[in-house]
Amino acid sequence: MTEPVTRIERTPAQLFWRQFQRNPLAVAGLAILLALYGGTLIAPFLAPYAENDIDRTRFYHPPTPLRWIDAEGRFHLQPFVHPTREVTTSRYEEDRSRRLPVQVFVKGAPYRLWGLLPSDRHLYGVAPGERIFLLGADHQGRCVWTRLLFGAQISLTVGLVGIAISFTLGMLLGGVSGYFGGWIDALVMRFVELLLSIPGLYLIVALRGVFPSDLPSHQLYLAIIAILAFIGWAGLARVIRGMVLSIRRAEYVTAAEALGMSRMRIIIRHILPNTLSYVIVAATIAVPGYILGEVFLSFLGVGVQEPYASWGNMLNQARSLASLRYYPWMLFVPGLAIFLTVMAFNFFGDGLRDALDPRKTPGGKG
Amino acid sequence: MADALLAVSGLKKHFPIKKGLFSRVVGQVKAVDGVSFEVRQGETLGLVGESGCGKTTTGRCILRLIEPTSGQVRFQGREVTQMGKAELRAMRREMQVVFQDPYSSLNPRLTVGSMLGEALAVHRLAKGAAARERVAELLTLVGLSPDHARRYPHEFSGGQRQRLGIARALAVSPKLIVLDEPVSALDVSIQAQIINLLQDLQSRLGLTYLFVAHDLSVVEHISDRVAVMYLGRIVELADRATLYRDPRHPYTQSLLSAVPIPDPERRKERIVLKGDVPSPARPPAGCRFHPRCFLAEKLGTLARCSAEDPELREVAPGHWVACHFA
Repeated sequence: MTEPVTRIERTPAQLFWRQFQRNPLAVAGLAILLALYGGTLIAPFLAPYAENDIDRTRFYHPPTPLRWIDAEGRFHLQPFVHPTREVTTSRYEEDRSRRLPVQVFVKGAPYRLWGLLPSDRHLYGVAPGERIFLLGADHQGRCVWTRLLFGAQISLTVGLVGIAISFTLGMLLGGVSGYFGGWIDALVMRFVELLLSIPGLYLIVALRGVFPSDLPSHQLYLAIIAILAFIGWAGLARVIRGMVLSIRRAEYVTAAEALGMSRMRIIIRHILPNTLSYVIVAATIAVPGYILGEVFLSFLGVGVQEPYASWGNMLNQARSLASLRYYPWMLFVPGLAIFLTVMAFNFFGDGLRDALDPRKTPGGKG
Repeated sequence: MADALLAVSGLKKHFPIKKGLFSRVVGQVKAVDGVSFEVRQGETLGLVGESGCGKTTTGRCILRLIEPTSGQVRFQGREVTQMGKAELRAMRREMQVVFQDPYSSLNPRLTVGSMLGEALAVHRLAKGAAARERVAELLTLVGLSPDHARRYPHEFSGGQRQRLGIARALAVSPKLIVLDEPVSALDVSIQAQIINLLQDLQSRLGLTYLFVAHDLSVVEHISDRVAVMYLGRIVELADRATLYRDPRHPYTQSLLSAVPIPDPERRKERIVLKGDVPSPARPPAGCRFHPRCFLAEKLGTLARCSAEDPELREVAPGHWVACHFA
């Protein structure tokens, strides 16, 4: 091939990344998501305590501030905290006379990373027997930061796995329904309408009833995903069907037929990719829906059960007025985590859509 | 005829009109209603008519992009309408199509290279480096640069996009190309370029064209023979020179009288037809053209025209007309 080297060769992936980088919010969203999901991978290491480490002497302990300057006004390079003691019920006071230096890579509760690597090192901690609650403790004296990290393992993956299931289902069924039409279309769409016509709340509770109430935690987790994915695909399938109906009349689809392509290939290669810009945004908006769906199930008491943590049951424990007034960290820590995740997904989704749209990719005009 | 590449006979396509909850069929739109013609090896047959006369449907029925209701389509002696899946797929290599709208006919999410590469892959014609070479060759063939393979359709102008549509049709080295109004959506200056390209390709690759259009001057320029359609039927078929010099069917006469002639000195009689094209769901009895026909009016023989459907008959060698009085 004789080709004048007038332009730098770029793979589609490079073009995509170049375009994605132009949107700072999207990059920020991606960074936050990477940090969040990275954090869940090494949660037992980042957390100073075990998931269900109860301290009966420190119920509702407020966040302990990190300090560099002691009571005498001396500066310490290594941050420290003051030990606390309970003055009245759930009221704590710092003991300014003692310093507890914050150490890194301390020995603590043993755990197995990814179920394989045994370790007992934690990113930070204080001397044995003392406590550090950077984000406070809950009603059982458990470290909120620790619970947040372990809860993220459930809350953040519910969305991804759920989306993967429901979107595969929704796109395929919607695509087939729109492309083939006729009785297939009628059958799929009537089923979709049946699902959509039942109020979500009853549907979730009814579906939850299908599973035994005393499931082990990992099965319960799968059950929650199954329930949410089962409800989630219907609405998407209907929108995809509508889009496919219009796209299949486009002449490039007829051209593909004239070239003798198989129907499945036409659906997967020509029709569904043209629904992508919608699907990506829908998916990124749906992820928070799954996180909130888990919150909702936990709120009803049929979601992730104590002693396991999820962002949903953390919020659930903080739903009283008293906690808002006296122990706001129990509410705001998981609340902010959910807010941050939802925003990050939305910004990331926006950037992804723009970067995947070939009409917006630069460097085309020669 | 021995040298006919494509022979269509009695081709019909009726679209059911459905109504109500249970999709009761309440009528038929007779888009194509008994069309017969032949396309010879290496020639260009122009198929003209007003919009809605069924010319596009005819083209698509031949390719079986729409299943015809009845009739025969013989391509290289083989019956297309009876073909099974595998046979049809193989046949698709031989017959291709170029569409009218250069915007909706290219998938916005595929680069030119992958679009053409895909056409090659479907029929296992080339892979890898050979495929890239063939893509470059195709782009050069239609007057674009091999460099364009990496671009997306939206980066091209209308005329360039039409060239891409032609390149896609050529990818599988077909024998026959159905050109479905390939220049109607383009500027006049671009039209000429595309027409010249098509003629050039025809002589270089030995292609046969079925050229569907509504623009008579374009058809005159490119066709060897011309068929005129009205309301799902062919009303006149002749070689180009004969048809344009000596049109016999009153509909053809009125169409030709409407073609603008770029000569202010020459005055000519324009035949203006009354009324609109009748609905193909309820075509008039007898000759389909009779309610609008000036000839029937002049001759005062409406009785025969409204009762008897004229056959397409050969009035001179190679000149076929469907009119009682031609």
